[in-house]
Amino acid sequence: MRIALFITCVNDLAFPATGIAVTRILRRLGHTVDFPADQTCCGQMHANTGYRAEALPMVRNYVDVFDSYDAIVAPSGSCTAMIRDQYPHLHPPATSVAARTYELSELLVDVLGVTDVGAEFPETVTYHPTCHGLRMLRLGDRPLTLLRQVRGIKLVELGDAEECCGFGGTFALKNPDVSTAMLTDKCARVRDTGARVLAAADNSCLAHIGGGLDRHRSGVRAVHYAEILAETGATS
Amino acid sequence: MVGKAVSARDEILARLRTALADSPPPVEVPRRYRRADDRPDLIETLVDRLEDYRAVVHHGIDALPRLLSEVDRLAVPTDVPAHWLAGYGGQLHRDAPPLSPAALDDLDAVLTGCAVAVADTGTIILDAGPAQGRRALTLVPDRHICVVRTDQVVGLLPEALSRLDPRAPQTWISGPSATSDIELNRVEGVHGPRRLEIVLVSPDDEVVPDGPAGGSGA
Amino acid sequence: MSQPVAPATGSGRIRTPLPFPTAAKPAVADTQLRANLHRATRTIRAKRARVVDEVPDWEALRDAGSAIKADVQRRLPELLEQFEASATAAGATVHWARDAAEACRIVVALTRAAGADEVVKVKSMATQEIELNEALEAAGIAAYETDLAELIVQLGEDTPSHILVPAIHYNRAQIREIFQRRMADAPADLSDEPAALAEAARAHLRRRFLSARVAVSGANFAVADTGTLVVVESEGNGRMCLTLPETLISVVGVEKLLPTFTDLEVFLQLLPRSSTGERMNPYTSMWTGVTPGDGPQDVHVVLVDNGRSAVLADPVGRPALSCIRCSACLNVCPVYERAGGHAYGSVYPGPIGAILSPQLTGVADNASLPYASTLCGACYDVCPVKINIPEILVHLRQQAPHPPAERAAMRVLSWVMRSPRRWAVALRLARAGAGPLGAYRERRTGARTLRRLPWPASAWTRSRDLPLPAPQTFREWWGKQ
Repeated sequence: MRIALFITCVNDLAFPATGIAVTRILRRLGHTVDFPADQTCCGQMHANTGYRAEALPMVRNYVDVFDSYDAIVAPSGSCTAMIRDQYPHLHPPATSVAARTYELSELLVDVLGVTDVGAEFPETVTYHPTCHGLRMLRLGDRPLTLLRQVRGIKLVELGDAEECCGFGGTFALKNPDVSTAMLTDKCARVRDTGARVLAAADNSCLAHIGGGLDRHRSGVRAVHYAEILAETGATS
Repeated sequence: MVGKAVSARDEILARLRTALADSPPPVEVPRRYRRADDRPDLIETLVDRLEDYRAVVHHGIDALPRLLSEVDRLAVPTDVPAHWLAGYGGQLHRDAPPLSPAALDDLDAVLTGCAVAVADTGTIILDAGPAQGRRALTLVPDRHICVVRTDQVVGLLPEALSRLDPRAPQTWISGPSATSDIELNRVEGVHGPRRLEIVLVSPDDEVVPDGPAGGSGA
Repeated sequence: MSQPVAPATGSGRIRTPLPFPTAAKPAVADTQLRANLHRATRTIRAKRARVVDEVPDWEALRDAGSAIKADVQRRLPELLEQFEASATAAGATVHWARDAAEACRIVVALTRAAGADEVVKVKSMATQEIELNEALEAAGIAAYETDLAELIVQLGEDTPSHILVPAIHYNRAQIREIFQRRMADAPADLSDEPAALAEAARAHLRRRFLSARVAVSGANFAVADTGTLVVVESEGNGRMCLTLPETLISVVGVEKLLPTFTDLEVFLQLLPRSSTGERMNPYTSMWTGVTPGDGPQDVHVVLVDNGRSAVLADPVGRPALSCIRCSACLNVCPVYERAGGHAYGSVYPGPIGAILSPQLTGVADNASLPYASTLCGACYDVCPVKINIPEILVHLRQQAPHPPAERAAMRVLSWVMRSPRRWAVALRLARAGAGPLGAYRERRTGARTLRRLPWPASAWTRSRDLPLPAPQTFREWWGKQ
């Protein structure tokens, strides 16, 4: 199976560790991963802010870059949802490649049939199901299923877990007061858990929540769950 | 309407037709929801749901005289079955000629039957049919005593609708009047009757005294 | 008519006087309001979840409800004509109103013709939308709201902030205070127990109900094949208004139709569980024209367009007309919970308001509303008629007027990101440009983040640190392997 990694624009620039983690997990499981260098951005920010015409060239580029792969994995629920839900409407020729694009936990659990990726992570972790993964992709408990198999991990439940953190892409900038109010509540629920690590499937939401946690010097680290799955306990 | 340049009616209909210029395709309505209930314990469910919404349930026609003995002034529809009132000693106010709202407001209770009852939701439905009277009758008095025959009980809403006369005025009642307007907590007792009492009777109870030829029901 | 008549936008209380972020600001800062909304929305969410979970065929009911409404929209002109014929045959008089002003004129004229100078009102979104109370007052007719929450709002000289519970922004203590201040016959020792407050409302309105000559209502459903109107309520104020007066005037949006009486079996299961979280609301009234000797003998129906034809004209936005005004989307919306209903500036707040109001008025007149959402999708999950609210929000954002600076930035970004070569260069430049700053911040604070930035980035950094680009991009890591 030819697997390609769609790193997403935000991860490429600001969160390369997540992409490195995905690569390590898949290689550890015996798969070859390609990183087509011509990839750019899925176009979600443009499309969801009201600039579909400006998003369309990115959609076309995605088709050109990824159409030849059997499976494309993206470490982002939100970008995957953009591709799977919106691409077929925006650009019908993207329908086939959109259907072959998976969020990491979908690829591991559904396509590769793996729930134990051989990870070890001796920390107290709480998991926030980000909205597009939860309600558009219907990831369900796939990420948690993977995390539960991690050796040494202590998973604690997040209160009001399914409530949006208030990021919402450009929402955070256009509606700063409401976004901040939602963030404040989400950070409080995270702190209530006593966890040292907050995990989620989207680094953009994590940058928002993590940014709020840092501001309050909470000592909680926000990480993409792929980075937990990549840990083997061995010092790298 | 004739003579005006364009009536509001014609203009609105024309606007709507223009709005549908894309000719949306026909819609097949999937009716995969339950149309009939196979629960064996319909009556139990009905009682549970009625009580959940603070209606008081009494069993058997024999409960009626005791209930009515608490009522000084009772309103009834003109066609109330005579045996429901057997032994009633208080003031009886038949709705003929029609009682005024003020007169109804002075009465203590109203006694009626119903058209159908829905177990799943604990709903009693009146459609102005036999022993139900007009709508004001069951609205103004503060206590509504409603006789429900067990053969009037259905499981689900779809079963009830097919028993109703759509063109008759209908009142669907699920518990006493209530509001959730304060902090979204339910509180019973606002403008409608604050007490709703259901007397559940078996069809046999009804046939013997009321049937035209006596019948054979035990 | 040979010329096609264009669909028209509406008027009334459906326009935001202030942009949503501006209107939301004081609401977010009001801790009492936040607490009231938090408590109320969570109460109703839990109740709804409990009674929906016990229905094994809930998804099948949603599918049926969604399809019936799509069918209604497709056949709206013919169904309206059918409704008019059925209702007229049953003794009702059907009127048509192009917009809010025309609907108000009709109600005023009918009230005057009945010789009344006051009306009792059943809670109705349509009459709030067309600002009927104001029009009646201007005509010298007193309008008395009889729903408890509407009464609270009217006595408090406020506007509704929720579709189902217009006074959701008040807690019991505030409601008691309004009653004591504005309700002449409120008991001197009125407590703030909900039961006592409900009792006070009962006593206050009793005489008015028994003597009212004209009632004004809306309708939850209008059945085309029978001409039947349906009002779903809880308190019995609806029954009072629909039964006791001689004249009944119902103001009904044209989208409220259902094809057949049988279709009620779907909607009367979906609506109560979605709205008040009850298996069934305490009272549902149905009437078909005039019934001799039972209820109002002078029955009118005012069918209102007021922008609905404009909503119908957009094939993507059209499903907003499926809304049955249950409020489930408001109750789960994290934005509504923080901003409250008034921030939406329209009688239709929350997620449904964010798609309905801009379509009723034209997006340019409510341009901030399609952005009043994180697109989290909680609204779509609970919608009993499966309106894909996030999809319509994104659709409306395409039509919204965009700020010039934002448009310029988006175009530049798109120009860069559509080209793999330009994007690779941009990544390298961003990483290199931020490199020294990132290293500096890391030395100072231990994290590659920024704390304070000038506008417009200040909207971010006022409440969260901003991550800087990493020391090497992912593609640089990949290239080195």
